[in-house]
Amino acid sequence: METFLGLDYNVWWYLVFGAVISGYAILDGFDLGAGALHLLLNKELSRRIALNAIGPVWDGNEVWLVIGGGALFAGFPVAYAAIFSAFYVPFMIFLVGLIFRGVAIEFRSKEPGLLWRKTWDIVYCVASIIISLSLGLMLGNVALGISLNEQKEFNGDWLSFFNFFSIMVAITTLALFMMHGAIYLVMKTENRLYTKLYILARQFIIFFVLSFVITTLYTLLYVPHLGDFFREHPTSFIIPVLMVLAIANIPRQLKIGKYRYAFISSSVTISLLLIMVALEVFPYLLYSRTNPDNSITIQNAAASAKTMKILLIIALIGTPLVATYTSFVFWTFKGKVKLDETSY
Amino acid sequence: MDVEILARIQFAFTIAFHYIYPPLSIGLGLLLVVFEGLYLKTGNKMYEQITRFWIKIFALIFGIGVATGIIMEFEFGTNWATYSKYVGDIFGSALAAEGIFAFALESGFLGILIFGWNRVSSKVHFFSTVMVFLGSMFSAIWIVVANSWQQTPAGYHIVGSGMEARAEITDFWAMVFNPSSVDRLIHVWIAAFLAGIFLVLSVNAWYILKGKHLEIAKPSFKIALVAATVFSLLQLFAGHRSADVVYKHQPAKLAALEGHYDSMAVADMFLLGYVDNKNQKVTGIKIPGGLSFLTQFDFKKPVKGLNAFKPDERPSQVNTIFQFYHIMIGIGMFMIALTLYASWLAFKNKLFEKRWLMWVFVWAVLGPQIANQTGWFAAEMGRQPWVVYGLLKTSDALSKTVTANQVVFSLILFTVVYMLLLVLFLYLLNKKIQHGPVDYGTKEDIDEGSKRDNPILDHSNGQNAAPAH
Repeated sequence: METFLGLDYNVWWYLVFGAVISGYAILDGFDLGAGALHLLLNKELSRRIALNAIGPVWDGNEVWLVIGGGALFAGFPVAYAAIFSAFYVPFMIFLVGLIFRGVAIEFRSKEPGLLWRKTWDIVYCVASIIISLSLGLMLGNVALGISLNEQKEFNGDWLSFFNFFSIMVAITTLALFMMHGAIYLVMKTENRLYTKLYILARQFIIFFVLSFVITTLYTLLYVPHLGDFFREHPTSFIIPVLMVLAIANIPRQLKIGKYRYAFISSSVTISLLLIMVALEVFPYLLYSRTNPDNSITIQNAAASAKTMKILLIIALIGTPLVATYTSFVFWTFKGKVKLDETSY
Repeated sequence: MDVEILARIQFAFTIAFHYIYPPLSIGLGLLLVVFEGLYLKTGNKMYEQITRFWIKIFALIFGIGVATGIIMEFEFGTNWATYSKYVGDIFGSALAAEGIFAFALESGFLGILIFGWNRVSSKVHFFSTVMVFLGSMFSAIWIVVANSWQQTPAGYHIVGSGMEARAEITDFWAMVFNPSSVDRLIHVWIAAFLAGIFLVLSVNAWYILKGKHLEIAKPSFKIALVAATVFSLLQLFAGHRSADVVYKHQPAKLAALEGHYDSMAVADMFLLGYVDNKNQKVTGIKIPGGLSFLTQFDFKKPVKGLNAFKPDERPSQVNTIFQFYHIMIGIGMFMIALTLYASWLAFKNKLFEKRWLMWVFVWAVLGPQIANQTGWFAAEMGRQPWVVYGLLKTSDALSKTVTANQVVFSLILFTVVYMLLLVLFLYLLNKKIQHGPVDYGTKEDIDEGSKRDNPILDHSNGQNAAPAH
């Protein structure tokens, strides 16, 4: 097993994959959250400002999903094959959701008609909600494990994906994104729209905390194996503690007007949540509930050591490049939204 | 219908629909770089108008390209799980490289391209345009590399056997520069340039016919015509080189392209024809020994035919492949004739007098599109029954867990959604073309944006570096 700085390549690539997924959840998370709350904004001008707040960046954010998909395909092809064929139906709905979200943003501004715009507002909002829910549903099932056969392919009934635990994870994901999106919009707006979003942000914090608590309680009572890691490694308890602190910090920062810190706190919350899931699931990429021997791990799903090495080199070259121009784009559009003739 | 046919139909449908858009983005990207470069160099407002007009159309095309492109990345996993496991080591790395080196570049700078006019200097904006164009070119590199590896695998070895078998990289650069990569990439790039260039020609020809925006349409047309002529001619050589690679590495495909059955005989080249697969006979207009000559510069030398391969190791849809291939070539020849004739008229200063020719250009936008589609269909169907040539059969590449009903569900879903997208795309494209380029010099008609809405919010604080005007 080839290693780099004491960790073998497969673990490194798992970390890279995790970082990309986390980046996707943070970046597209606020786009999706903004979309999910879109219909709660009543005025045409408010909706335009909200759309233009994500306008120049949402496409770049979605790229993280593409990179994540490529990272899984290249590094853990067995997991890529198993996950997407298993979640066939929810994933197709997710993809169609992505299509509609994208074109709704793009098409809405192209016609002045009221009906046209209202239609795309609804499409945009519903698509964002469906994307968030299906992402959460799939995450819940990955955490829980699904039924895999000896060829490491799904052999169960896809309706079993709609179990209580996964549905709760789906709702929590939606709540998390709505909170995150509202905070982002608070950061980007002024005056009355800002006040409205500020109130919404506080409500979504409560929505998120409630659904998170219910999911956690349910996990502790009915899915105890998802707590094994934290029981065995008491020091790791620092992670949930940090997460609670990060959540608690959000309303505090909002109150004193430090929106950027509130946004960072909610981004940290997303990362810590994913880290918790990853720690619980590790070293499994997809756990087989029916026969643990058929589980997909980061070892038995991995590409060859040679490919892993190539991928890590690609990541080492690519990451600084992507980070540089992503920051440049965000910096260019920093500050409150100002509409001009190029806006949506 | 069985899962294999359904999954193939779905893949073909989703990729064919997707492939309307990326070539347009690449080709338009090239002209955007030219137009904006001219604006930067000359300071002539006209070029700014042209650039801004085409960026709006670029945004529309790019949006649908992205929306339909994401499907493609995941369709390998959803419908072709066995394939994904088999080639993940190789194909996956190309896709990952595409995501990080190309797509991220393109999508990142797209925001500045579309929304950045008033936020960055004109030089930074031009830089963003170049980056978006390069990003789309890089995308093509990795996608063509991945596909070329399926056509002419190299730099790998097979590990395991039966269901566990998979290809692993032994030499990354040999994988990237497999025998067909470079020639096919150039062929695809030029085809993409032509798709975008002919869109620009079409729109401007229409303006000229309608007597609208003449001061902009005529120079735009001439610039695009130069590019169209150059690339149409270059495509002749690039196409020939691609065919030569097929001759050397995929003889069964080459035989199918010309409907050449005899296992070892002098091969003809057809201009038009029809293949009777059952009786192994082609009727049509032909150049005797033409294929022999094109591949070996000798009318008398034999070429391997379809019968040299076992029936289950050669393509079966010979007539379809033959027709698609010949449609592509026909269109290529037509574009050469059309652009050369138009260039000659332009040289004589008579170009815009010929209304019929302008009408031809209005409709010629379909030429590269049809050639792109038929060319790819010929390439992909000609590779059958293999998904990775000589290594893995398409019928063995499926997801075993996905049922026919599930594929019917997603196929119907995509059909409905894509038809809707196509209608909306054509409607909005037409609307933007009708609206035409606007003069950014005067505040009154600054944009449809100001007319369509409440007064623009004016927050002058923090407005940095407005463009030259």
